[in-house]
Amino acid sequence: MADTETQREAVLDAIENVADRIEAEKEYLTDLDSAIGDADHGANMSRGFRAVAEKTADADDGEVADLVKTVGVTLISEVGGASGPLYGGSIMSASAELSEGITAETSVAFAEAYLDKVQERGKAEIGAKTMVDALTPAVHTYKKSIEQDDLPPLTALAKAVDAAERGVRFTVPIKARKGRASYLDWRSVGHQDPGATSTLFIVEELLATAEEYLEGDVDVDAASPDVPEEEPTPEDD
Amino acid sequence: MVGLVVVSHSAKAAEGICEIAAQMGGADARIEPAGGDGDGGIGTSAPHIREAIEAAAGGDGEDVVVLVDLGSAVMNAELAVEMAEETLGAESEVRIADAPVLEGALNAAVNAAGSKSTLESVVEAAEEARDYRKLS
Repeated sequence: MADTETQREAVLDAIENVADRIEAEKEYLTDLDSAIGDADHGANMSRGFRAVAEKTADADDGEVADLVKTVGVTLISEVGGASGPLYGGSIMSASAELSEGITAETSVAFAEAYLDKVQERGKAEIGAKTMVDALTPAVHTYKKSIEQDDLPPLTALAKAVDAAERGVRFTVPIKARKGRASYLDWRSVGHQDPGATSTLFIVEELLATAEEYLEGDVDVDAASPDVPEEEPTPEDD
Repeated sequence: MVGLVVVSHSAKAAEGICEIAAQMGGADARIEPAGGDGDGGIGTSAPHIREAIEAAAGGDGEDVVVLVDLGSAVMNAELAVEMAEETLGAESEVRIADAPVLEGALNAAVNAAGSKSTLESVVEAAEEARDYRKLS
């Protein structure tokens, strides 16, 4: 595990990369949100992450978990609507999983805690045309790649990005069942979900940042390379 | 006395509902509005709601019932309750009523004014408003 200082530096780089990316995609997110929402996702997210970048710019000591918590708390106060509690609230609670620093293991725990909190707060299941549709495949693929396939975290993250992309595409042809888009009922079909899209952008920037710090193969997709020859035995749970 | 918080996407709506409810709840009622995004716009804000919850609990650790309008108001109120519970400690209990915001606030204010009111009785009174009919 890298020392605390390097981890803090990596988190700060990630914040800057996410803030820049959301800023660059502001119009695009707003366009997506004007089709099926209230056209404020781009502005809200960009205001939020800009505030996070400003707030954390001078963080040159302290624990990584506290820094990540600050990201959550800042998003809660700066991002309006449902995105504040969904992104900010979930980062805030999941940050506790990083109290021992960032390792392959704690990063899986963080990702799972984040997904759980988003689902609990938003009461959205997969297939409701929300950020959960991008987040669930990303988190599941990341966890499986690390815990079962023993892949390096960077490679696992690259697979998670591919999984999130597939999830974003999945939101296009389905009907919204949560959030403001659900009021449009069948008219929401054919539009890409803005929350799933911004979630993908964030995961992509985490990967871009991780590439600067970790070794591993990033030219991968979420599919498992090996198709088992025999029927797998069902696991007991 | 149980404190009340009224959460709405509009600051004006929250204040107006508080005014109506306060008239029913008597002079001692502690009813705090938490409307708008905290920045003058339409929306809801968890930190803003949290402040209102802390004000409604007062310095003496009263319980608080929160009334909410729609959509993100519910999520921000839930988050605000979690945040407020950290600062208020175990003394105050905070509960969101599953009720229409205006009718629920009126019922809650009337119940909270009673000498025997409890957190449960206020929530129950607010939630009774779910079944109100207006034209029959």
